[in-house]
Formats: sequence, structure tokens, C-alpha cells
Amino acid sequence: MNTNSNVYTVIYTTILVVIVAAILAFAASALKSRQQANMDLAKMKTIMLAANMGQTPDGSVDKGADFMKLYNDHITNAFVVDAEGNVVEGVDAFKDIDLKSQYSNLKKGQEVKLPVYECTMDDGRKVNILAMYGAGLWGAIWGYMAVEDDNETVAGAIFDHASETPGLGAKIAEPAFYTQFRGKKLSDAGQFSSVKVIKGGANGSENGVDAISGATMTSKAVSTSLEQWLGAYKAFLTGRSAAQPEKGECCCEGGECTGECEGECENENVNTEKDE
Amino acid sequence: MNKDIYTKPFFLTNPITVLVLGICSSLAVTVQLKGALVMALSVTIVTACSSLILSLLRNTIPNRVRIIVQLVVVAMFVILIDQFLQAFAYDTSKMLSVYIGLIITNCIIMGRIEAFALGNKPWPSFVDGACNGLGYGMILIIVAFFRELLGSGTLFGYQVIPASWYLENGGWYMNNGLMILPPMALIILGCVVWIQRSIQKELQEK
Repeated sequence: MNTNSNVYTVIYTTILVVIVAAILAFAASALKSRQQANMDLAKMKTIMLAANMGQTPDGSVDKGADFMKLYNDHITNAFVVDAEGNVVEGVDAFKDIDLKSQYSNLKKGQEVKLPVYECTMDDGRKVNILAMYGAGLWGAIWGYMAVEDDNETVAGAIFDHASETPGLGAKIAEPAFYTQFRGKKLSDAGQFSSVKVIKGGANGSENGVDAISGATMTSKAVSTSLEQWLGAYKAFLTGRSAAQPEKGECCCEGGECTGECEGECENENVNTEKDE
Repeated sequence: MNKDIYTKPFFLTNPITVLVLGICSSLAVTVQLKGALVMALSVTIVTACSSLILSLLRNTIPNRVRIIVQLVVVAMFVILIDQFLQAFAYDTSKMLSVYIGLIITNCIIMGRIEAFALGNKPWPSFVDGACNGLGYGMILIIVAFFRELLGSGTLFGYQVIPASWYLENGGWYMNNGLMILPPMALIILGCVVWIQRSIQKELQEK
């Protein structure tokens, strides 16, 4: 047979490509659920690490921790807010929010949807875990920050990266860097402020942490991304901790209106999952 | 079968140290032994399987689209490996990131298919592909061993340098940060080539 004729070549390549496509399609669909489960678990892990759970005392990852169980036990509520601090209904914070596309909305000044995970700690304290995503030196960086219910004190933070330089920028994912965020304040002289990553050392500043030496660009990127995202979360954070609640907002405690504001108490538990 | 097929890819025609193919990935994925091992196995599977398939097809492939047919088969195996790692070894897959996908550009694979599989029977082609993959993997493991040991003080993620030796614990030892960076991989690779050439005199140019 003439294997160099046009007809043969076209038929040969067509059959080959169809067979290969069928094999790949089969493999992709057969493995999809496992891959998705892996991705979900990795996300749960970072969220829980932000709240200092599943960590050894020095802040590194406890390899034996069951992050899915931790997540299911401690994340009592997950919801989505917009830049005005209002809860967006009908959106699943865990499944529906793609931080990358929200980041591009944020940069363009378009409407953003911000995920908030409410985590009940072992001692009953509630912290809100907020997301962050940005551009590092070589690739994406992302992370989560847990904020105490005074909406000002940082409980913990975690960062990860796609391709920062090993030994330099990649250190943002190491305990020595992210444990610094614990106890920092989201305020500067009474004004709302992001936590800054300061080159040359924070010297015990209330809202600053030490940058990584040799990784100025990555440190700066963490600082900038935090500023952008916390800026977007500002309404959510300050709206709830402000001494003077805005009209229509409720200052309820334990489901009872304290009477200092207008509005009803039914908004107290903004629980999109449990309400259903 | 000629026993050269088994031995040559490890020493006399080692893909990395003699043919200088596949250098890019040997610099990129040798920070840790685990990554290097997974990469070595992935490349071995891809070279062996695609050599086998293309050797089976060798008399039917239209010569004008030869390279494209090779690419399609190699790409299929690379994507399958990538999908499997994502499903069963997620952390490793994340660590190797784009380099699994980039196996397709590894010259060793296309080189062995063009040079060997298209002119030989399936079984020798399979062995040739596997041995070249393992010869590549051997160098990767050697480089990764030194980089992980001296750069992080660990082997396969387990601490092997006693914690009490470290400066911060009052000792005298410090990990070498340069080991983690790609330039040091090139230097170690150079040392491996140097040692090999001083032992195997037939590799030295007159």
C-alpha cells in the first residue's frame, strides 16, 4: 500500500487523532472526581491553616491532620460579600468563587464577590477567614487571612505561590513568614489599614511584618495584594465593627436588638447555608 | 537482542551527560528527590510506551506526517501521566507544575523515537526507551540527592542532618541556599560529567 498518498495520510491521521482523543476524554472524565476532591482538600487545608488549625506549635503543617474533618467541624458558615459589605445571596463561597477572576475584577475596579469563611475555634471564638490573590514576581500568589471577631486583630494568615524563587520568594509559604501575622492589627492610628510587609524590618510595628531578605518583589507583592483585598473587604470589616452602625444595620447580640439602631434582628445570622 | 541497548543509555550514550539532552528539566525538578524520582519515572514511562507504540506503527506511518504522528502519541502519554498525578499524587503534581506537561518537549523522547523506534522491532524499542528514560532518571536522582541534602538538609523530605548542628540551635552548620537555585544544578551536573569523562576515557576528545 502506498503510505504516502494524500488519501491514506488524511485517513490515517484522522483515525489516530480520534483514537487518542477518545482515550484522553475517557481518562479525563474518569479521573475528574478524584482531581476535584484533591483540589477541594487543598483549598480546605489552606483555609484551616489560616486559622492556625492543623499546625504544629511552631506553625508548620501538621502532616497527620485531617483537614476535611477540621473544615467540616470548624467552618460554621461560609458566605460571599461585595465591596459594600453586603452579603451576596445565592453564591457558594467555596465552590463558586474563582479568586483569579475576582482579582481581575478587583484590578479593573469592577464589582467583586469576596468569600468569607466563619470559623468557630475550639474555645468558641469566631474568626472570619478572608481570601487574597495577587501577582507575585513569577506567578500567582494567594492566601487567606483569619480576622478575630473584633474585625481588627489578625488571628493568622497563610500564603502560597505558583512559582516564586525557591529559597527566596517561596519563603512566603514558610512558617517563619506567615506566623508573623498573628496578632497584628488592621489599623494604623485609628484608621483602617492593611498589614504591611516592610523591607528592612517591621521593628514591632502593630500592622507591619518583616519582609523576606532577598525577596523584595515577592514581599512587595504580598503587601500590595493584601492592601487591595483588605481594601475590598474594608466595608465588611469596618461596617461590622464600627461603633455607630449605619442605618438599616443591626447591632444585635444573641438575637436580641440592643436598641441603638434601626432595623430588625433577623439579619444577625447571615447564614446562607443553614437558612435553606 | 544486543546488550548495548541495556547498558549504553546509562553510561556511553547517557542522554544527559553525553548527549546533553533534557537539561532543562534536570535543572528545574531536582530541588527535591521526590520530584526528581516522579519526573524520572514519568519520562521513563513516556519514552518506553511511545517508543513501543510508534515501533508497532512504524510501517504504517505516512512519512510526510511522521513527526506529527510521533507528537500526538507522545502528547497522549504526557497528558495521561499529568492527569494521573493530579488524581493520585496531587502534592507532587503541584510541585512539578508545568514540568510534567513539558516532558513532551524533552528531546530524549523524540530523539529515541526517530533514531531507534522507527527502525526497530517493538520489544527492543520499548527496552531502548525505558533504558534511556532510566539513564536520564539516574542523573536526575544523583543531582537531586546533593541538592536536597546540602540545600535543605533532608532526603525525601526526612531530616538527615541533625537539628542540633544548625546555627540557630547553637551548632555550626547552615544549609547552602545556592543549592536550591538552578545554577547550582548546572554546576553539580558539570561535576557529574567531569567524573564520568575521567573514568570513561573513550568519551574524551583527542
